[in-house]
Amino acid sequence: MSGMNGTVQSRSERHSPKLYIIGYAASLVLTAISFVLALTHSMHVGPLVVLLTVLAGLQIIVQLFFFMHVTESEGPPYHVVLLTLGLIFTFAVALMSVWIMAFGTNVSY
Amino acid sequence: MSEALKHFADTYLMWNEGYLIWISDILIVLASIGIVAALTYFKKWKWLWRNWLTTVDHKKIGIMYLLAALLMFFRGGVDALLLRTQLAQPGEHFLSAEHYDQIFTTHGTIMILFMAMPFLFALFNIVVPLQIGARDVAFPYLNAISFWLFFFGAMIFNLSFVFGGSPDAGWTSYPPLTELGFDSGPGENYYLIGVQISGIGSMATGINFIATILKLRAPGMKLMRMPLFTWSTLASCIVIIFAFPALAIALALLTLDRIIGTDFFTMYHGGDPMMFINLFWVWGHPEVYIVVLPAFGVYSEVVATFTRKRIFGYSSMVASLMLIAVISYFVWAHHFFTMGAGADVNTFFAVASMMVGIPTGVKVFNWLFTMFRGRIRTTLPMLWTLGFIPNFAIGGATGIMLAAAPGDYQYHNSYFLIAHFHQMLIGGVVNGMLAGMYYWWPKMFGFTLNERLGKWAFWIFNIGFYICFMPQYALGFEGMQRRMYTYPTDMGWGSLNFVSTIGAYLMGIGFLFIVWQVLYSLRHMEKDTTGDPWDARTLEWSLPSPAPHYNFAVIPTISDRDVWWEAKEHHHTSDLLPKVDQIEDVHMPKNSARPFLLGLSFFVAGFGVIFNWYVLAFVGLAGIAACLIARALEDEEEYVLPAEEIVATEQSLGRV
Repeated sequence: MSGMNGTVQSRSERHSPKLYIIGYAASLVLTAISFVLALTHSMHVGPLVVLLTVLAGLQIIVQLFFFMHVTESEGPPYHVVLLTLGLIFTFAVALMSVWIMAFGTNVSY
Repeated sequence: MSEALKHFADTYLMWNEGYLIWISDILIVLASIGIVAALTYFKKWKWLWRNWLTTVDHKKIGIMYLLAALLMFFRGGVDALLLRTQLAQPGEHFLSAEHYDQIFTTHGTIMILFMAMPFLFALFNIVVPLQIGARDVAFPYLNAISFWLFFFGAMIFNLSFVFGGSPDAGWTSYPPLTELGFDSGPGENYYLIGVQISGIGSMATGINFIATILKLRAPGMKLMRMPLFTWSTLASCIVIIFAFPALAIALALLTLDRIIGTDFFTMYHGGDPMMFINLFWVWGHPEVYIVVLPAFGVYSEVVATFTRKRIFGYSSMVASLMLIAVISYFVWAHHFFTMGAGADVNTFFAVASMMVGIPTGVKVFNWLFTMFRGRIRTTLPMLWTLGFIPNFAIGGATGIMLAAAPGDYQYHNSYFLIAHFHQMLIGGVVNGMLAGMYYWWPKMFGFTLNERLGKWAFWIFNIGFYICFMPQYALGFEGMQRRMYTYPTDMGWGSLNFVSTIGAYLMGIGFLFIVWQVLYSLRHMEKDTTGDPWDARTLEWSLPSPAPHYNFAVIPTISDRDVWWEAKEHHHTSDLLPKVDQIEDVHMPKNSARPFLLGLSFFVAGFGVIFNWYVLAFVGLAGIAACLIARALEDEEEYVLPAEEIVATEQSLGRV
């Protein structure tokens, strides 16, 4: 029998629910920390922005490993190319937006 | 009671706003009654539900996208004619300023998001699996969800015209004008929610086709053997998944501003309206490449087929597609050079914008070299392709003018800009989509469209195009700004505007010829019994027209780039035919009502948010949750199509 997308299905059966629960909990905890930090004003803005960015980065890693299984693949690792491209785009958009919005104005970050 | 009714009619149905609303109401009611009556009379309800509304077959989903795109083309076109009628003479009072604002907003949004996008999704769906030798897309169920999210998003957006009022702040929807304090009506909410819902569907389509192209190619179909339309789909989908999230975020934040009173884009509490503009164009510029790249793919297929030559410079075509996909991501600030970010920013983005012209130029020359000394057959797809080239050359040249930042301070937001992007989007995208429609029409429906009526449509539409938009370049230089609803006589813009309006009506007539052509061809059908009416080159033409629902009885092994052409040249087309002993049982995805119901739930939830009717919103959200849970608990999502049935179908098609 020739399946339409047999490979896609057989792979997902390998995982126990534990992996997903850990991932889910981790992403909730990371989100909660960010919200608490932003709402309680317990830090200065400068370090707060840095810390929030780090937390956001961790969140991406949690998503990629626990839910999207980046380390597992059959066949050519196309997703590595796409992920690299995505990272470049993300940083380019974020940094260039700061550059565009702050250049020549009297806003200081 | 009558007071309450009158209040309802005035606030929501806008019956106090004049005859345009009344005419639309009457037309909508008549069309609805007509559809319901016809379905009941011909007993087609079950057929509609089983064969179309619940289908997960990529070919049928593609046809539904195509129908929706043509309908939206009509609606957007009527909007355009209303605008041009208003501008035909100085000091006209055909439309009020408010109505004019609403109509140019719906015209832009519909043409880009609800006409161009579904049109290219139609071609992705119909063509890509057949070109790479797959039985369906990677995620057929998700594909159906994408379609219904697009459909109900478009429904929401279109309803605004007759229920509550249309958005009126332009298709770009810049704050602070679109904040609650300046634009309180439901119109802006319609825009935000409608575009958001269909945008979710677009992202899913992007993911789906990347997975399909990378994972489901037939054995032997290496990346560098893929047809160029498939390559262009891949490029376009890469841009989709990286660009659409920016739009989703921008729209979501603006929705929060309007619904729960946050200050992301207001003037208070550190809000920054310019950040919306920045985010919008982070999506908005790649978006124009999303819609034009598949058109490039169509031209590549059409030119190679109708000159009977291999495409010139295949690998440079692939490289330029990929380069455009990446560079297009670094040019967005050229949409707001005049914001005043300064010389450094503007210089960077001006240079990047001009750089996109290089790979695009490479493609144009490759098409010309393919045609050079070829035997050109001027069929309808080829005509639209030939019409595209001068169009794109002029549009590209004016684009380079706009990309020069200092010059842009002169052209910004003038009719020069309007003429430029219509030249790119009509000359580039619409020509490409229509060429693709004519080219693959036999593959979709099993008959070709009448050539003579199609030629009338082509010439009227294209001549109309130049009459409509060339005067607008001049009007731009004379200082006419976009989005002005009328102008005084002494500006001297009257005659050029009048000429432009004549051109717009000619394009409308051209569209009517296409409609006539389709209806005429339905009656006087020229059936395609060969499956290969154009003597074409790629794998989809080795199948019968229309293709059976499992596409390939046996997945073929690919040995060449233009595999069907090579097979015909060397007289071994039988290698691509199935053999009875090779035919096996096939797993096919089951039909499902859930994508439709999920779309409907999004529609209900969206409607609740638009009018701040939270009970309705929660009903809709509950429906969404129910659909997702039901899917998660589903065990049997596929069924087995027995080999005997496939053999019987193939025998009836005379293929085994």
